[in-house]
Order: sequence, then structure tokens, then C-alpha cells
Amino acid sequence: MERFEALLSGSGGQGMILAGIVLAEAAVRQGLNAVQSQSYGPEARGGASKSEVIVSSGEIDFPRVTRPRVVLCMSPQAFERYGRTAPPGALVVVDSSQVGDTGGGGGGCDSRLVRVPITALARERAGRAVAANMVAVGLISGLSGVLERGAVLEAMRRHVPRATQEANERALQAGLEVAESVAAGAAEGVAVGGARGAVAVTAAGRDGSGARQG
Amino acid sequence: MAARTAFMQGNEAILEGALHAGARFFAGYPITPSSEIAELASTRLPARGGVYLQMEDEMASMGAVIGASAAGAPAFTATSGPGFSLMQENLGLAAMAEVPCVVVNVQRSGPSTGLATRPGQADVMQARWGTHGDHPSLVFAPASAQECFDLTVEAFIWAERLRTPVIGRADVVVGHLRELVALPDPEDGRALASRPRPQGPPDDYCTYRPGPDGVPPLADFGSPYIVHLNGSMHDERGYPSADPAQAGRLIQRLVAKVQARVGEMVAVRHFRHDPPEGAPPRPAVLYVAYGSTARAAREAALMLAEKGVPARLLQLKRLWPFPDSEVEAAALEAGLTVVPEMNLGQVVLEVERVVGKRRPVWSCAKSNGEPITPDEILARTLEVVGA
Repeated sequence: MERFEALLSGSGGQGMILAGIVLAEAAVRQGLNAVQSQSYGPEARGGASKSEVIVSSGEIDFPRVTRPRVVLCMSPQAFERYGRTAPPGALVVVDSSQVGDTGGGGGGCDSRLVRVPITALARERAGRAVAANMVAVGLISGLSGVLERGAVLEAMRRHVPRATQEANERALQAGLEVAESVAAGAAEGVAVGGARGAVAVTAAGRDGSGARQG
Repeated sequence: MAARTAFMQGNEAILEGALHAGARFFAGYPITPSSEIAELASTRLPARGGVYLQMEDEMASMGAVIGASAAGAPAFTATSGPGFSLMQENLGLAAMAEVPCVVVNVQRSGPSTGLATRPGQADVMQARWGTHGDHPSLVFAPASAQECFDLTVEAFIWAERLRTPVIGRADVVVGHLRELVALPDPEDGRALASRPRPQGPPDDYCTYRPGPDGVPPLADFGSPYIVHLNGSMHDERGYPSADPAQAGRLIQRLVAKVQARVGEMVAVRHFRHDPPEGAPPRPAVLYVAYGSTARAAREAALMLAEKGVPARLLQLKRLWPFPDSEVEAAALEAGLTVVPEMNLGQVVLEVERVVGKRRPVWSCAKSNGEPITPDEILARTLEVVGA
């Protein structure tokens, strides 16, 4: 398989680190190599939080993300810091419930930007905004083209409290559904009607044309 | 043989390694990015009859570790730069009084409080010379979660066997990295780390009378043996002594007991990456790297080989005593050596000392709280090879 790298960014407390762990553990369950690392500020809540995941069938030397296929931005600060500077080839996924202005688009000329109301979806499908990270897990695992639903579900169950398991499963499912419509739309680089008509995929050139859609 | 594999963080693997080697006591003061070790020790140690003590600061932590070890319990602590600085005085006591213990320093970016959550590797010389006076120094540097486990076990083995403090020196990148770790059967860890204890009658026992390997057997506090631990210059009984001949012998023995066993210790790992077949022959580039930077160097070596330059990597798993002979052999086989590290150039000084003027040695230094990337190492290499 081709090496898959994802960068998950948000603010402390949004569960980006746990999301990264679940994705990496799912890969390990499938017999692949995976590493997860994180960096965050000194605060317990708030502040920037970044989680990195690398999945590969080969050995993973440098354990930090350098060529992400997906860059997830769950806060305006995260978008400014990691979305705007995303390298070419990356798909920038922005939580439109958290990030208003994505004018100017994502990073490199050939990176794409997709706005998904991740937190709103978590509220709607799982009944709780804190499940937004599991919507993101579903979304990224779907986009990876390599992580299997069963492995992701098992990895997730190991980490969430029993009482919230069902809600988190619904969140995960919502993310997987969005991934399908994104994959379909992203291929053409145009806006698509995704889950609940709330997803927009745009070409995110430096002029940012169309980046406000959705 | 691995009994099981687990996906875990480097810091977690350090704790697992300590437990596997028989650690029974932890005293510490939690500090980013080492806190997970204390957190896990606080539940795992008591669950198996051990002791976890949260201390008021790092000076007291080291004191408690020394006391527990003197009472016979394999003991350790974990900290980061600011705490490691505070531990230096008692680290010297452990070296001089010959009390086995393991100190884990999960390095962050310094100096002072620096960048609490960002990586650095600038504590290399501190690990060697942080405490004052001539003293032995035994330091291991893991580059993966697996090595966090393996080298912690190694640290306990040598701390106990040689009656000396041993430093495990990880960095944030490795400490907070999650990956698959193969864990051996817990039974395999039994008696791995054991200190020499006196066998003869208690009346004949001297705390500092060395065995044939230069290591004096250590009786437990509270046993029938009388133990005189002393941080001042002392004779074989542990009584103060200002005799220059005695002092000279003691200093020599403290250092020699470690140096004599380096051949049995973990030292380095070699990687070779050759260009595709048919490429014109060129002198090889050697990377000497350690900790997480070794992984960036390995990727740089792969890219360099693709560009037609034979690339070698010597990963230092043991920093002190410095693996002189391994570095010398690898450097002389190559055309030049590049030393990437997350500081302004510390290990490069040791490599220069070993290699001398026989081959060029280049530093690839970065000290800003960000890890060195493979691309940066490659760019620096191409600059110095003139490609």
C-alpha cells in the first residue's frame, strides 16, 4: 500500500489525540505498521493540539507527518496554522461548524479543501458535540482507502466509555458516509451534495475561488 | 520471544521496561513530557506490591530513590530538563556512594523551562557532566517505543550489576510516540537486574570492598550487615578518608568498573543503504545519530542512496561511555560523516575527537523546538558533499 499520512489539528479538549490513536490502532489491527504522535501546548484545555498518524505496509522511519494526504482542521487557529500551509496533494478537511472563514483556501496550489460540519453532525447524529472526533475518525478512515470499518470500530470501542459507545458508533458512521460523498466529489473538484446537503468540496487554489461554498 | 505485542507510547514502554526488569520503587515529581511514566507508575507499582511516592520536588525525588535502593528495592524516577537539573546533586551522591538507580530524562527543548512540550536533544553533555567531579556515566538513548522498553531493561541491568546510577535519555518525539511494542514474557525478566550482595559473615562486611569486577557487594539497609554509604571520599569501610592514594584509587575504580564492561552493553545499530546497481562508485556518507533524530537520518540515508551516494547510519543506542571504537570503524569506512542532532552540536564534538583529522566531520544542528526532518538532513548532506 501507499504510505498514508494524516494530520489532525484542533484545540485541546476536542479529542484530536484520541482520534489519532484510534486510527493508528485500527491500522495495527489490520496488520499494518502505524505510528501516532502528538504535540500540544502547555495548557490542559484550549491551546493548539495536533495529532499525527502514519500508516504503512513498510517500516516507518521518520515518525512525523511530512506529506499528509489529509489535514483535518477543527478550529480557526488550526486552519490558519496547518490548513493554510498544507503541502501540495493534501486534502484539507475543515469543520465548518467551527471554522467560518476559509477564504484564500488551503495550502498548496493543488491541495483541495472540503468544508464539513463535523461538530454539527456529531450533535445531530450522536446527540453530543464531543463525538465530533469520532465523526473525524470515520471521515479520515474512509478517505484513507486502507482502514477497514471493522478494525476502526474495534479500536474505538477500546477507548470510549461503554455508556457512550453507541453514540460514538453513530458519529463514526456519519463520518464514513461523508467520506464517500467527499471521495466522489473530490475527484471532480466541484461542490457536491453530501450528507444532509452540507458538504462542499472545492478546488482551493491560492485565489480561493469557491472556497466559501457550503 | 515476544509474549504479546501492544500499541503503546514510548513513555508507557519505559514503565513496562522498568516493571519487567523488577523495579519496585518510583519517586518523582511529574513534569511534561515525562508525566505518563509517573502516572502509570502510581497505579502499576502499588498493584504489584511496589511503592509510588509523589515527592515535593526533584531533589527530594532523587533522595527517596537512593534511600529505597539502599534498602534493596530496584528504584527509578523520571523527569525532564528542569527536573533533571535539580537531580544533579543527588545523582553525584548515587555515583559516589555507589547506589544503583535509574533516572529517565525525557528531554524537552531548553534551557530553563524552555519549550515544555517541544523536542530537544541538548542534554547530552549534561547527562555526562551534569553532576560535579570525575564520575562514571552510563546513558542510553532510545529511538522507538520498542527501544524505550529494551533500553530501560538494559539500564536496570547495569545499574544493579555495577552499583551505579544509569540515565535513560529519551526525547519528546520518542516519549510521546505510539507504536507497536513486543513485550517479552514477564518470567523472562526475573533476576535480570540483580545487584551483588554480600555472602560472608556480617562482621567481615565492608560496604566498599570491591569484588573481582571492581563492584563492591551491597547489603540492604536493615539487614544484619552494617552499611556505611558515604558521598565524601571514603575507605573500604565507608569511613571518611582524605588519603590521596585512597582517593585516587576510588575515583579510578568508579570509572573503571563501568568502562570494563562496555563490551557487554548495548552500543550501536548499523544501517546500510546502497545506490541502485550500476551507479558509479562514490565514497559513502556516514550519519551518526541517536534518539528520534536517528529515524530522520535513516530516511535521509534512503533518499541519499537513491541519488547515487552510498549511505550509512550508525545509530548510537548508548551515548556514554561513548562508543569510540564503533564510531571510529564506521567513520573510517566512509568518505565523510554528518552528525544530525537537535542541539547546537554536542555529539559532533565526540565524533570529531574519535575521528580526528582523518575524515571530514560535519554538524547538522537544529535547536528551535522542532524535530530535524529527513529533508533537512538530506539538504545539509548535499551541501557538504558538493552534489
